[in-house]
Amino acid sequence: MASYSISNPEANSNRSRESKRKKRRKMGSGNQIEENKMEPARWKTEAEQQIYSSKLIAALRQVRQNSTSTVTASPAGGRVIRETADRVLAVSAKGRTRWSRAILTNPLRLKLSRINNKHKKHKKMKVTGDVRSKKPVANKRLPALQQKVRVLGRLVPGCRKLSFPNLLEEATDYIAALEMQVRAMTALTGLLTGAGVRPEAVSSDRLGSNLS
Amino acid sequence: MSSRRSRSRQPGTSRITDDQINQLVSQLQQLLPEIRNRHSDKVSAAKVLQETCNYIRSLHKEVDDLSERLSELLATTDTSSAEAAIIRSLLMQ
Repeated sequence: MASYSISNPEANSNRSRESKRKKRRKMGSGNQIEENKMEPARWKTEAEQQIYSSKLIAALRQVRQNSTSTVTASPAGGRVIRETADRVLAVSAKGRTRWSRAILTNPLRLKLSRINNKHKKHKKMKVTGDVRSKKPVANKRLPALQQKVRVLGRLVPGCRKLSFPNLLEEATDYIAALEMQVRAMTALTGLLTGAGVRPEAVSSDRLGSNLS
Repeated sequence: MSSRRSRSRQPGTSRITDDQINQLVSQLQQLLPEIRNRHSDKVSAAKVLQETCNYIRSLHKEVDDLSERLSELLATTDTSSAEAAIIRSLLMQ
């Protein structure tokens, strides 16, 4: 009996400690172990998409309030929306991945690079040419494979000088996030398109397909 | 595989096992919609990387197109009806 009385408070304290740890894990601060493993399935959940949609709508509304309506009508409006969408996507990643942190910390650099690429399309070819010349050609490693790795590193934001396994991890998460972004924006577009034509029927149809 | 030799030659990189690389590449492979339909065993790493780059680029383009359409829609449609539709959808969710 005495052993029970001694062990029970210990068990209780252990359980409370474990529950506290679990609570902390759920809040996301102590997810160090899980961070290394890929969690791209997170982006496929309906809840994540809805969270992203509402955040995106709020951000777009704020953008529209900050600027006048004429700005959004210009061709640059698409770029503004693209960047807003990317930023909201990065926020949804909760800072766990490198590409999301890169998007949030370097908005200006992305803007400048996009403008440069639009005006000088051949500049990209020059960069790849430099990369090829820097590498020693005598190396037995397939240059095509290495080249593709570098291209992939450039496509995923903030992952140019990443090691190969980390780069693949980031790319996996990035692809899943992009897919969710496309799904959410497609749904939003459909919703807005429906709002102009038939507000009730079309939007409820789209919702039905989303909720399924 | 040639990748084993290349990894050991490159200075500064950690010892990444071949199995690890293969596992990561196969995991990446699962995400790509094109390769999923074919036999997954016969796809080389270069092909997977190429398809990955193409896929990311196509996703980027889709997002760009969607952004363009969204900007047009937001500019042209009536603000109140658009926001009403959005609020309605959020309430129903």
